[in-house]
Amino acid sequence: MNEHSASDPVYKTDSLIAEDIDAYLELHQNKGLLRFITCGSVDDGKSTLIGRLLYDSKMIFEDQLATLEADSKRVGTQGQEIDFALLVDGLAAEREQGITIDVAYRFFATEKRKFIVADTPGHEQYTRNMVTGASTADLAVILVDARKGVLTQTKRHSYLAHLIGIRHIVLAVNKMDLVDYDRETFENIVEEYAAFAREIGIEEFTAIPISGFKGDNITQAPSENTSWYEGPSLIQHLETVEIANTAAQARTFRMPVQWVNRPNLDFRGFSGLIASGEIAPGKPVRIVPSGKTSTIKSVVTMNGDLERAVAGQSVTLTLEDEVDCSRGDVIASADDPPQVADQFEASIVWMSDEALIPGRAYWLKLATQTVSATVAEPKYEVNINTMEHLAAKTLELNSIGVAEVTTDRAIVFEPYEDSKALGGFILVDKITHATVGAGMINFSLRRAQNVHWQALEITREDHANLKNQKPAVLWFTGLSGSGKSTIANLVEKKLNLMNRHTFLLDGDNVRHGLNKDLGFTEADRIENIRRVGEVSKLMADAGLIVITAFISPFRAEREMVRAMLPEGEFIEVHIDTPLEVAEARDVKGLYKKARQGELKNFTGIDSPYEEPEKPEIRIDTTAMTPQEAADLVVDKLLGSG
Amino acid sequence: MQRLTHLERLEAESIHIMREVVAEAQKPVMLYSVGKDSAVMLHLARKAFFPSPPPFPLLHVDTTWKFQAMYELRDRMAEEAGMDLLVHHNPEAKERGINPFDHGPLHTDMWKTEGLKQALDKYGFDAAFGGARRDEEKSRAKERIFSFRTASHGWDPKNQRPELWNLYNARKSKGESIRVFPLSNWTELDIWQYIMAEDIEIVPLYMAAKRPTVERDGLLLMVDDDRFPLEPGEEPQMRSIRFRTLGCYPLTGAVESEAATLPEVVQEMLLTTTSERQGRAIDKDEGGAGMEKKKQEGYF
Repeated sequence: MNEHSASDPVYKTDSLIAEDIDAYLELHQNKGLLRFITCGSVDDGKSTLIGRLLYDSKMIFEDQLATLEADSKRVGTQGQEIDFALLVDGLAAEREQGITIDVAYRFFATEKRKFIVADTPGHEQYTRNMVTGASTADLAVILVDARKGVLTQTKRHSYLAHLIGIRHIVLAVNKMDLVDYDRETFENIVEEYAAFAREIGIEEFTAIPISGFKGDNITQAPSENTSWYEGPSLIQHLETVEIANTAAQARTFRMPVQWVNRPNLDFRGFSGLIASGEIAPGKPVRIVPSGKTSTIKSVVTMNGDLERAVAGQSVTLTLEDEVDCSRGDVIASADDPPQVADQFEASIVWMSDEALIPGRAYWLKLATQTVSATVAEPKYEVNINTMEHLAAKTLELNSIGVAEVTTDRAIVFEPYEDSKALGGFILVDKITHATVGAGMINFSLRRAQNVHWQALEITREDHANLKNQKPAVLWFTGLSGSGKSTIANLVEKKLNLMNRHTFLLDGDNVRHGLNKDLGFTEADRIENIRRVGEVSKLMADAGLIVITAFISPFRAEREMVRAMLPEGEFIEVHIDTPLEVAEARDVKGLYKKARQGELKNFTGIDSPYEEPEKPEIRIDTTAMTPQEAADLVVDKLLGSG
Repeated sequence: MQRLTHLERLEAESIHIMREVVAEAQKPVMLYSVGKDSAVMLHLARKAFFPSPPPFPLLHVDTTWKFQAMYELRDRMAEEAGMDLLVHHNPEAKERGINPFDHGPLHTDMWKTEGLKQALDKYGFDAAFGGARRDEEKSRAKERIFSFRTASHGWDPKNQRPELWNLYNARKSKGESIRVFPLSNWTELDIWQYIMAEDIEIVPLYMAAKRPTVERDGLLLMVDDDRFPLEPGEEPQMRSIRFRTLGCYPLTGAVESEAATLPEVVQEMLLTTTSERQGRAIDKDEGGAGMEKKKQEGYF
């Protein structure tokens, strides 16, 4: 069944290997590298196609083939014939289900190129895997079953490939053997696809009729069965498309700094992977965001200094001047530096079971910069089957939307369509550390560039000195009925007797005014805490000792407030009362209502309370009286101040 | 326009990965097994941080049963790179005299799997570089470059973080650690070509020479020292052999070969039709899912 490919010229030629290994190695030393992704739905024959590519390029060894033959008979779906899909479907659990469920990377090579294939599943719930695989790909092979034509999945995969910025699309119409290699069937599918592709902005694509199972038009074209086909074979096409890496060289120079190399006082180098353009000694550069300029002194590698380096190379640069530059900065061409902003519009793919919470702070990593960022309520979500824009309050797992992103400090960026390296980012949950989302910057929002801080002449130190105290925020957190307000009141009374300037922000009181527009959903509770945090910060700036009493059930928001304040000014006080005890007290009768279902999202009942991991002060209310607790808090506060 | 070759791109990617780890992990370490992949990984580390020495130590989780030539090269390479070399022996395995002749799979489990966990815990390393490649074995093809392990060093293939572009999320929860595979996208041929292109020193056992051998259970074993228990009537034979992978000498099968130079080795590799790990007994346990199971239990 493989007779036509064994001696194909595109694959490694046994004769050259045997006769002149040095010539062969020379040839292979200088190959290029193309990364591509294959997408198709479960039955489109994707794994079979990849298995075929590996098989034809002899990436399968005899012992693997023996295992494959045995497996094919045992669990294969092709009767007694070899089931190439088994080569590719790796993990044991998947083998039993008969589907691929994650992103797997495969390797093969021809005479001209080495290929890395990202194999991603076609199942509806796995958008995140496809986006992951596509993010590093130069090209996408979209598989269509010739018997079924363009399906919803085909559109979805094409949309995602286009969204993630893949410029080369191959429409591989597979299983041509099952439609008798019918030209009209192929052409109808191509026509239908072309209409759709135009709609979503795909400017061009290459359509190839193939049979992954039989091998038609995989290595050579046209195959005997498709004599009417005039285009290249799949491999021929893969060997000749332009590689994105080369395109990046044509743009202006940018290198995000990964690491500062300082072996001794005489050497200071900046290490990074060149994202775009090229660089050489003597070229003027600008460090962004600081804006400082200098000139490249040398391009250092272990194999000797380079006369020039280009996009895609990892190098270490030294500069003529002693300028500040560290991880997160971008070294760019002096006359055309990238933008800096702290507010963007971005397309976001959500990748976590836990939906996006607008307003919550996540870590955002873009190139080598990591900052705290919040995502606003999406402007819209995209229905990836119909491409319609839908109204959305959040983004669930595998959904894609457009939203504003605000970072806590300005970052260096470029729109994603200009630079994947400076326009693509990931979002990381601050508590679980999971990668929960991926984003692509569309553009910065004008107002980010126009809001400036007003420099104030009376500083926060002046305010504090006048009051003769060190400002602080005593942040009480705990279940409803744990005793927060009681103890907070006692603390404030005690501090006032000691002539300290204080202010108590109480949960219930704030909800009557500042936050009366907010409810008790997760998103509203986060906004509630964010506002209280900002107010506390202003009061601390004014020199006050702020005492707050809020349930503040989520760790992420408490950490957000901590991050707003100077180190040491946020003092987390955990009023640790077991749920049974708080519920037994039930001063306001709220637990009873919550248990009866009259109150929704009640902390401890149907909404979680995330205990502080390392509070500065922990009060066990079952072991001390409120007065003792207040004494302890005041002692700790003044002791540390 | 300068077209980068596949080796140049792979090198740049690996160096980028290593620098990300050094920038974001608290206490990284490089696992060094003295094999050819380790040799390439170490070379890349030296390039990544030049002119500084790589800012992390090398860790060899030793079984005491490696080839003598490996110990010799190991010590020399660490010194040349200007790096600290940490060698860990599982004290329990040592005490119980666990060896490959008498204990079979327990040998690998105790010395390597348990030994590795002990060493990582002992020094508190939070990120460990490993030289595994995705083309080696099916379950590796799906593993991320940054692969997280629970506090008990387990791997959960169903719960891996998506890895987009070249943005690696190195944040971990308490007790978790990261295995980082900078050679993920290299193939065996890439490794060999890079060794030739960069003139990287490897253990001479990869090249054919006359060596004392015995044949056992279909494997051709080299008698590397006098701990090798010969069966009655067994007499070591001098054969021209080389190794495709290097592990514990009593567990590593040699191939008969005349390939004494690197190009000849590559030539032979390209013309042969048995895969690299075939010489290792470890992958054959429990059918096709053997390695996946081992990894879930904490094998690297």
